[in-house]
Amino acid sequence: MTAPPDDCLARNEWICGAYLSSRREILVDAVLQHLQLTAASVAVALLLAVPLALAARRWRWAAGPVLGLTTILYTIPSLAMFSLLLPLYGLSAALVVAGLVLYSLTLLVRNILAGLRAVPEETRQAARGMGYGPLRLLLAVELPLALPAAMAGLRIATVSAVSLVTVGAIVGHGGLGNLIYSGMNTYFKAQVLTASVLCVVIAVAADLLLLGAGRLLTPWTRRQA
Amino acid sequence: MNTLADTWTWLTTAAHWSGPDGVWNRLGEHLFLTAVCLLISCLIALPVALVLGHLGKGGALAVNLSNIGRAVPTFAVLVLLLLTPIGTYGQWSTIIALVLFAVPPLLTNAYVGMREVDRDVVRAARGMGMTGRQLLLGVELPLALPLILTGVRIAAVQLVATATLAALAGGGGLGRIITAGFNLASTPQVVAGAILVAAFALLVESLFEAGQRLAPRRGREAA
Repeated sequence: MTAPPDDCLARNEWICGAYLSSRREILVDAVLQHLQLTAASVAVALLLAVPLALAARRWRWAAGPVLGLTTILYTIPSLAMFSLLLPLYGLSAALVVAGLVLYSLTLLVRNILAGLRAVPEETRQAARGMGYGPLRLLLAVELPLALPAAMAGLRIATVSAVSLVTVGAIVGHGGLGNLIYSGMNTYFKAQVLTASVLCVVIAVAADLLLLGAGRLLTPWTRRQA
Repeated sequence: MNTLADTWTWLTTAAHWSGPDGVWNRLGEHLFLTAVCLLISCLIALPVALVLGHLGKGGALAVNLSNIGRAVPTFAVLVLLLLTPIGTYGQWSTIIALVLFAVPPLLTNAYVGMREVDRDVVRAARGMGMTGRQLLLGVELPLALPLILTGVRIAAVQLVATATLAALAGGGGLGRIITAGFNLASTPQVVAGAILVAAFALLVESLFEAGQRLAPRRGREAA
């Protein structure tokens, strides 16, 4: 019988090159799942947030309930949110996505609404005077002007979602969180640290990507500066 | 809606409320963790933020800390601390993790509050011959109070959420009812635990909101 290998895996060190090379597939799969869950939830939240924000601005009575409800949802701790959705979705990825959508909604609705409300009345009147109908006013004037605030909300929502996906480990769909969870149960330091660092890297990368995208989408804000 | 009925049955069963795994004990643990960590975090963050805000230094750090705190998964920090030697000392890893996540909102809000005090008011106070200490305690602090309290409220809600997650990493609190429910594959218990946690979080939020409404009378009159 050969002696057990004396590498960083056997010594259970925090930083371990052998872990990276031997578990590459697991890590790539976890990162992909993490990205999918984040992207899906932010995308769905965005699709819901735009009409909600528009409704909240269009009808004054809608603003209070929309903002109040999303604030209540945001106050519920993530573990409880996922648990409350358990009877509806079971142990599935859809549960994690649904939970994250509810969190992202608050941030997105608030920021989009703030952006829409910040459009100067003179700008609106000028557009109307030039013969813009309500739809064209919305699409060509108001939404572009609300974009910087909306992008700020999107960045916060995305970074939060990347971090919250890890909690999905409780139902077995947590991306890198699954690795953290199993690493905790087996006291596997390299796995926990690697997965945690990757989470932060994904969050920072997503933030920078959206920052860049926002700059490209709103060239006029750069010229002003 | 069988789950709802089962959840109601779980919640109304007296046996689930008593004993070391009972709701009352878990609620006590949760309350204790939240209160102690809120106190520690305030003692750490507020003096630093008040002094930095008064001097007008370290703003980039104070503001960016919140963004950094958002990018780092709470769950990861809980597990990382658990695996360090700190994890062997009972609740300390949980307490440290909780404090780490409560400090950024406290620091950022208090700092911004201090910096947003009208510069003319500060100059007038200086012109009246107030010392730095008098200015800080008598002028800037009262005027910054609304935002400081907002920070305390956000931190308290954050603490309730983080303390719930601590159950995943072996900590106590109401989250344990949820994790135990998952281990038993008992959906009613999971949902019951989640309802308790959500109710507790909303209660904390509304209590602090009510407190906030009562407190900053002076700030509003000045405005």
